[in-house]
Amino acid sequence: MVNFKINDRDLTAAEGVTILEAAEQAGIPIPHLCFLKEINNIAACRMCVVEVVGKERLVPACNTEVTEGMVIYTNSDRVRRARRTNLRLILSQHNSNCAVCIRSGNCELQRLSRDLNIHYQPYELQLERSTVDLEAPVVREASKCIKCMRCVQICDKVQGMHIWDVAGTGSRTTVDVSYNRFLKNTDCTFCGQCVTHCPTGALTVRDDTNRVLQAVGDPDIVTVVQVAPAVRVAWAEAFDLPVEQATTGRMVAALKRIGFDYVFDTNFTADLTIMEEGSEFLERFTHKGKYRWPMFTSCCPGWVRFLKTQFPAYTQNLSTAKSPQQMFGAVAKSYFAEKIGVDPHKIYVVSIMPCSAKKTECELPTMNDACGDPDVNAVLTTREMCRMFCSDCIIPADLEEAEFDSPLGTGTGAAVIFGATGGVMDAALRSAYYLVTGTNPDADAFQKVRGDRPWKEAVFSIPGAGDVRVAVVSGLGNTRRLMEAIDGGEVVYDFVEVMACPGGCAGGGGQPIHEGVEMASHRGNQLWEMDANATVRFSHENPDVYELYRAYLKNPLGEKSHHLLHTDHTAWSVRK
Amino acid sequence: MSRLEVKIPGQAQAIVEQLYRNMERRIAASPPGLCPVDMALNFLNLCRAQTCGKCVPCRIGLAQLSSMLTQVLDGEPEIGILSRIESTAQAITETADCAIGIDAANLVLMGLKGFRDDYEEHILHHRCLGSLKNPVPCVALCPAGVDIPGYIALVNAGRCDDAVQLIRKDNPFPTACAYICEHPCEARCRRNMVDNALNIRGLKRYAVDHATGAPHAKKAPETGKSVAIIGGGPGGLSAAYYLALMGHKVTVYEKKKQLGGMMRYGIPSYRLPRQRLDNDINAILSLGIEVHTQVNVGSDITFDQLKKQYDCLYLSIGAHTDKKTGIPGEDSRGVISAVELLRRIGDDDMPDFTGQNVVVIGGGNVAMDVTRSAIRLGAANVTCVYRRRQADMTAQQEEIEGAIAEGAEVLTLQAPVRIEADETGQAVALWTQPQIIGAMDSNGRPRPATAAVEPRRISADSIIVAIGQGIESLGFEQCGVKIQRGGTLLADSSTRLPDMEGVFAGGDCVTGPATVIRAIAAGKAAAANIDEYLGFQHEIRTEVQVPAPRFADQRPCGRVNATERGASERKGDFQCIECGMTDEEAAQESSRCLRCDHFGYGNFKGGRVERW
Repeated sequence: MVNFKINDRDLTAAEGVTILEAAEQAGIPIPHLCFLKEINNIAACRMCVVEVVGKERLVPACNTEVTEGMVIYTNSDRVRRARRTNLRLILSQHNSNCAVCIRSGNCELQRLSRDLNIHYQPYELQLERSTVDLEAPVVREASKCIKCMRCVQICDKVQGMHIWDVAGTGSRTTVDVSYNRFLKNTDCTFCGQCVTHCPTGALTVRDDTNRVLQAVGDPDIVTVVQVAPAVRVAWAEAFDLPVEQATTGRMVAALKRIGFDYVFDTNFTADLTIMEEGSEFLERFTHKGKYRWPMFTSCCPGWVRFLKTQFPAYTQNLSTAKSPQQMFGAVAKSYFAEKIGVDPHKIYVVSIMPCSAKKTECELPTMNDACGDPDVNAVLTTREMCRMFCSDCIIPADLEEAEFDSPLGTGTGAAVIFGATGGVMDAALRSAYYLVTGTNPDADAFQKVRGDRPWKEAVFSIPGAGDVRVAVVSGLGNTRRLMEAIDGGEVVYDFVEVMACPGGCAGGGGQPIHEGVEMASHRGNQLWEMDANATVRFSHENPDVYELYRAYLKNPLGEKSHHLLHTDHTAWSVRK
Repeated sequence: MSRLEVKIPGQAQAIVEQLYRNMERRIAASPPGLCPVDMALNFLNLCRAQTCGKCVPCRIGLAQLSSMLTQVLDGEPEIGILSRIESTAQAITETADCAIGIDAANLVLMGLKGFRDDYEEHILHHRCLGSLKNPVPCVALCPAGVDIPGYIALVNAGRCDDAVQLIRKDNPFPTACAYICEHPCEARCRRNMVDNALNIRGLKRYAVDHATGAPHAKKAPETGKSVAIIGGGPGGLSAAYYLALMGHKVTVYEKKKQLGGMMRYGIPSYRLPRQRLDNDINAILSLGIEVHTQVNVGSDITFDQLKKQYDCLYLSIGAHTDKKTGIPGEDSRGVISAVELLRRIGDDDMPDFTGQNVVVIGGGNVAMDVTRSAIRLGAANVTCVYRRRQADMTAQQEEIEGAIAEGAEVLTLQAPVRIEADETGQAVALWTQPQIIGAMDSNGRPRPATAAVEPRRISADSIIVAIGQGIESLGFEQCGVKIQRGGTLLADSSTRLPDMEGVFAGGDCVTGPATVIRAIAAGKAAAANIDEYLGFQHEIRTEVQVPAPRFADQRPCGRVNATERGASERKGDFQCIECGMTDEEAAQESSRCLRCDHFGYGNFKGGRVERW
């Protein structure tokens, strides 16, 4: 332990703790901007400078360790002046058009500027040239970038994709796509982790709400919206709702207020995915020689892009089952269109997803199997949905709870956990067990695949089928390590679930942004809780899925299923 | 007003003078990789401030050039702006009245030629081709990429064994380099911005002198693959060391009696004590490397035999043949080559120059080595003859100064024309043609020309020719190895030989005579690429943890320079000239390190390469 003083208070902390951490432990916040715990402590913004008695220069708190006898002042006159000067310098190169910025109200620079009482700017505005490309779902606006380098660090250290890099030298140093490339020519998975860790509006996910609202407002179009599992445990964060009001029912009610004709649940097609993917796994598992191993889940589009570019030889190992989002679109424009007697070309399918990569998934040339139009017309992130609620002056707290519409609105406990790492595997194993043995396992029999660990593995015995070796991984850096281990023969699995974002969709790139806080675990726990409290916890027991097979699809892996619910992952290329 | 006044600089001018000195040091500390257009613009702006303002091309033209370069960097000009920049600069060089304008415009023209691609990238894509690949200047400039801030921090913490272990991750000759490395690492040390570059080599010397036995990294399991190294100098032994660590079976073939190459047969022991060299070599051999000395590849064993016998070959034969001056009388008795002399000294076969007049021809480090060796071998007078000026000598200035202090005479602007011999064929004098220094060549070195002065006779009992070394490449050429102009072996930057499967080459035999650290770097690169070629990806790493940097104010402080034994004492023996730092000096000097591995860009990117 070391003893030191901050602002005349005697304090102690463990050796090796930074001034920033030590102060925070003592309830003394120090302003900071570029710092991101364990990811970015490069002391670039100089907002966290403090005065250490005996040092001529001010000391960055984020990467200087407290030492024995240190006497620190976090708000001395020198500190105040220097901090405000540096903040004004940052603002002189930031396009502070806050009124028309997506991050207005949730911007670290805006908050700091307000907190530090900055209300005039002596410096000339020097904005970097910005050209905004809306083709990709991840959008960068250079004039808002404060060069905190968090995006570079997240992409390097957590996702291991090295898409962003420092560009140029000298005072023109900035961030750009690495190796002087353009984003569309890279292997970017569009996971959006750079966006959720950007402190300003420099990195955003393309806003598609206008397109959606246009469809909603068109009386000739039937709008159908589906909501992914992870959205329901995150959306209310944007409205600071108390737990008891942060319900799925209020979200459904708000979506109905927007004017969607049908509000459905992606959980329905998550259950359908389990029927198809679980059956596919059993088909492969019982004909081992015919297939390449392990089989990989295919519901995460970031992961599919990753595999196709980083380990292309394994593309055939992906389950051919479409993701729940795409299954939903295909079913909505076939089975459902028939059922309500509407021309599928008049149906506009919108997805609300915790994800930015889903925006590219729905645009794939292979995702138009129901009627020739794209099966899913538009994808909105959780954040976009919340912005739509705001712009329609919807106050969720005041809404009566509402139910998802029928028949694509029912989901089981096995479906809702798709939003958390391990959930797809858990759900698939529950139904695979049933499909082989004819009896349900304990719904909590596969707990080993749950939890926050980045790389989980387990062996489960299914009577009649044998031992199934499974692994679950989330985060692309972890995924690369797992793939290298598979490729090097160090590990052998039968079935592997991969989610591109750390913690799975709960921590997705389309989820609400909270500075310095990783919410995936908290949101994931809520999903597991929803599963635990669900009356039906097996996908094969979803009554509407059962009805869909009886009335329309006939059998999992049958001809109609093959046409609507499966895809050829090799039929398109990542780089345009 | 008085009729005449004594010039007293005002305070402003005095400060400006100081700023000039600061800027000189600052430019010296520029890291490699900066945007060349940005640098050109900023140099140009300095030139603009220097114009006297009288003439149009300089006063207005430089301002317009500056504005156009700014547009290239910040605006959206058409690509045609490049020809406008060029024609403007051309007109300035042709019409400016004095050097201020002419040289400034030339600077722009040089850039347009030298980095036109970067100009174009800025205009077409608004970005730069430059980037800080390695932001730690010393590490970036060390050919072997040694973790310099790391070992300096370890020296500062008193952990010399760990420092040596850390150096060995990238360089298995910590001791040899501690004594004789040319320390390119010091050239752009960021400490130059504060006061002066750190004495990096001096601190390394402190580390090796105070280490008590640093363990080697763990050897990988045996791979069953075999590699032959041809040439046991710094490059060959470095490759051998890392390949052995990677688990390959390594055999070194050396033509001479002992290992070490130019470190033994080129560098005199007063700079690198033999025993210290042997420390490094023995440490390398302790990994279990087979050595065959006095084996001449070509006559004792053929190249093709080795190719059949081993999975991979590394050629590191160095540059050990002498170059001839070609002047009449060169084959007289008493004329010897520097290579021959240093080879004899390396094997302790000391020639006796007692009472002789010795003349050395050449101006490089080898010339200084033989000059100072001749003094130690009893010569009465040693005269070093060089055809340009002392400032143009390629030898390090401290070597020249050291030689002069030990009594050598440096005779400059004398081109050797013939060697006079007596009737027995014994050389008795060197005749030289005095030179006048002349125009610069394309590399910016002035060319000497014949002066209108009569030839000069320098009487000599022995004449030592030290005008460069060549490579014995003929035997390899006959075996199909491609030879470049100048006689060096052709290998790419990965040390691979083109069209020759499984054969690699590096060091002096590829680059021509260079430095020990460059040979070591080539050996390291070869080891990595040979490992890859053999189908492996072994990692070289160390367990040593570098101490965390402490925030420190940067008060200017003088650099601790190495001290030497007095000239009159040291010139009588071959004992080491240089004295090591004291504990006090090492503590102070190591605390001057700015820890660029952490402060600045280092804690973001590239601050530490932990494995390769």
